[in-house]
Amino acid sequence: MPRFLRYPLQALNYTVFMLLVWYFSAAPPYAQLQPDQAVITVAFAHAGKRREACRKLSAEDLARLPPNMRTPMDCPRERSPVTVRLLLDDKLLIEEVARPPGLFKDLGVDIYRSAKVPAGEHTLTVEMNDDVNVKGPTYTHRQKVNLKPAQLLVVDFNSESGVFIVK
Amino acid sequence: MHTVSKRVNPVKRSYLLLEEWFNLSFGPEWNPLYHLGTLAFFFFWVVLVSGLYLFIFFDTSIAGAYASVEYMTHDQWYAAGIMRSLHRYASDAAVVTILLHMFREFSLDRYRGFRWFSWFTGVPTLWFVITLGITGYWLVWDELGLYVAVLSSQLMDALPVMSGSMARDFLAGQLTDRLFTLMGFLHLLGQPILLIFAIWIHVKRLSHVSISAPRGLAVGSLLALLAVSVLAPATSHAPADLSRVPPVLELDWFYLNVYPLLDKWPADQVWILTTGVTLLLMIMPWLPPGKTGPAAEVHLDHCNGCGQCADDCPFDAITVQARTDGARWENEVVVNPGLCGACGICVGSCHSSNPFRHAQKTLETGIDMPQFPIDEIRSRTEAALAGLSGDTRIILFGCENAVDIDEFQSQNVAVLKFFCVGMIPPTLVEYAQKQGADGVFITGCRTGDCYYRLGNIWLDQRFEGRRMPALRQRAKRDRITVYRAAVTESAKLRRKLTEFEQRVAALKRGGSDATDREAGHA
Repeated sequence: MPRFLRYPLQALNYTVFMLLVWYFSAAPPYAQLQPDQAVITVAFAHAGKRREACRKLSAEDLARLPPNMRTPMDCPRERSPVTVRLLLDDKLLIEEVARPPGLFKDLGVDIYRSAKVPAGEHTLTVEMNDDVNVKGPTYTHRQKVNLKPAQLLVVDFNSESGVFIVK
Repeated sequence: MHTVSKRVNPVKRSYLLLEEWFNLSFGPEWNPLYHLGTLAFFFFWVVLVSGLYLFIFFDTSIAGAYASVEYMTHDQWYAAGIMRSLHRYASDAAVVTILLHMFREFSLDRYRGFRWFSWFTGVPTLWFVITLGITGYWLVWDELGLYVAVLSSQLMDALPVMSGSMARDFLAGQLTDRLFTLMGFLHLLGQPILLIFAIWIHVKRLSHVSISAPRGLAVGSLLALLAVSVLAPATSHAPADLSRVPPVLELDWFYLNVYPLLDKWPADQVWILTTGVTLLLMIMPWLPPGKTGPAAEVHLDHCNGCGQCADDCPFDAITVQARTDGARWENEVVVNPGLCGACGICVGSCHSSNPFRHAQKTLETGIDMPQFPIDEIRSRTEAALAGLSGDTRIILFGCENAVDIDEFQSQNVAVLKFFCVGMIPPTLVEYAQKQGADGVFITGCRTGDCYYRLGNIWLDQRFEGRRMPALRQRAKRDRITVYRAAVTESAKLRRKLTEFEQRVAALKRGGSDATDREAGHA
């Protein structure tokens, strides 16, 4: 083919290639939410209670230990898993059981869970259990929320004050 | 023709047709499908240069990032705005080019056997590119940047080695400039360095690696990138708002295609899927494994250590080292069998592969292929020519990876197949003429598309006298032709061969040939 005829064909090829690049660089649009939806995210860090309470060691127990390890109290390190349940209008929306990480299962857990919900007025209930020795929730919170479309509502927990914060 | 064509699988056939179309419009020198690696490099250069310019104006803080990008996009649209678009579109074009590069190697079966290393290391290299693009989107700090940041953090949080929750950092009131600065550092320095290292590993087993796209192709690609940058400039979403989830996002599907999966599946399952696909791609060279013939062998008795074979080897399998046998030469060559592709190009490189040597005894050369030694090449050339009964005696040299030349055998045409045309010592062509060949026709993989990378190039350079060993002046060049054709192009090859036969017959009728033939037999 004569060289001058190649250039229009090259232009055609470049056009097709760049159309492909341009289109998929921003299209087709991805709808992660319906127009009337909002998102609730439960996100906090918290350390569960110790599975076992500390106990005072007897004189015999202490004698069995090496001298440098003779502390009067024995405190098993393992912590309880943290269970979180989030209910919207009394319907279960999120349930997560976070097991404590670490070699001795003694570290705090990080919870991060999201759910898409319809916008509008709802009753939000959040329950948490952080102690295997207690049946049922150790912390609860219930409040009315009015969610706007595309709003991100975050449910946080303050471990020091033991209070859920909805913002 | 039809027998041969039927053997070509549909994927390969389609790919070769696409290549043919690009050959038509670009010619083999600029055919983008022959330069996918260098084209990807070229796009990286555009990304690098445009990125450096953008960095001048970019504010690496949460409060300032978006505003600085908006300034570049709108206030300085004529320079930084175009640079931003070039940065984006060149990054996307690089992904397309890399995917085509992978598809090419797969469809042409150039990823197995001795080539496993390039494929195996190339797959994770693609991930380096993808993650580099992901952090780039993060830095814009618009709604898309926030989406990328949150979902990337969820992916990281799902890894068992991570402690703490990174995703929580992206909730209102938690975010600080520190993480943002870290991402800036990763995108601007850390990831590019890792990528360069990955590419270096990827091409480690190749020699004569080119990283520059042909000028015409580079200019055309740059003009195309500029055109799309001016006509459809890259823009941002609304600024990141930590209290809001944008319902609709204009995703860059080249880089962010995995993210929508996180809407359907938990992060650990997305990891399993992506890791599984990556590992599957990586082990493809063994599904099933490709066969590579025995490696080249060095015969020190006939090697003077000139190193031509080491320079010609396309796969860096031959090295030059100090002489170990006490011979008077300074160096010798050594073959690393693990790297050898058994292409035989080194045989064509060796000055000792001269069939005029040792006429009465076994011909040995400095480096040889045990499965098809130079002595057998010489004797089969002689036998093939002796078997011709037609008026015009043509010998057709071909390679195993292009058109199957066996179908062209006739009373006028003898055929001899090599692993690669680069295996043909130029003196063999001359020898064939001396043995009575009226014409020597050489065919092989399409120009620009040698199965063993460099065989075509070396053959041309040897014939043109630009590479040793060169075709000598005494060879009758008007009776030698080189025509290359892909495996699907046997009809074209047949036409060219017929034309050559007619040309040679006409030359014979012209007269000078008889004398030459007698001299050759003498």
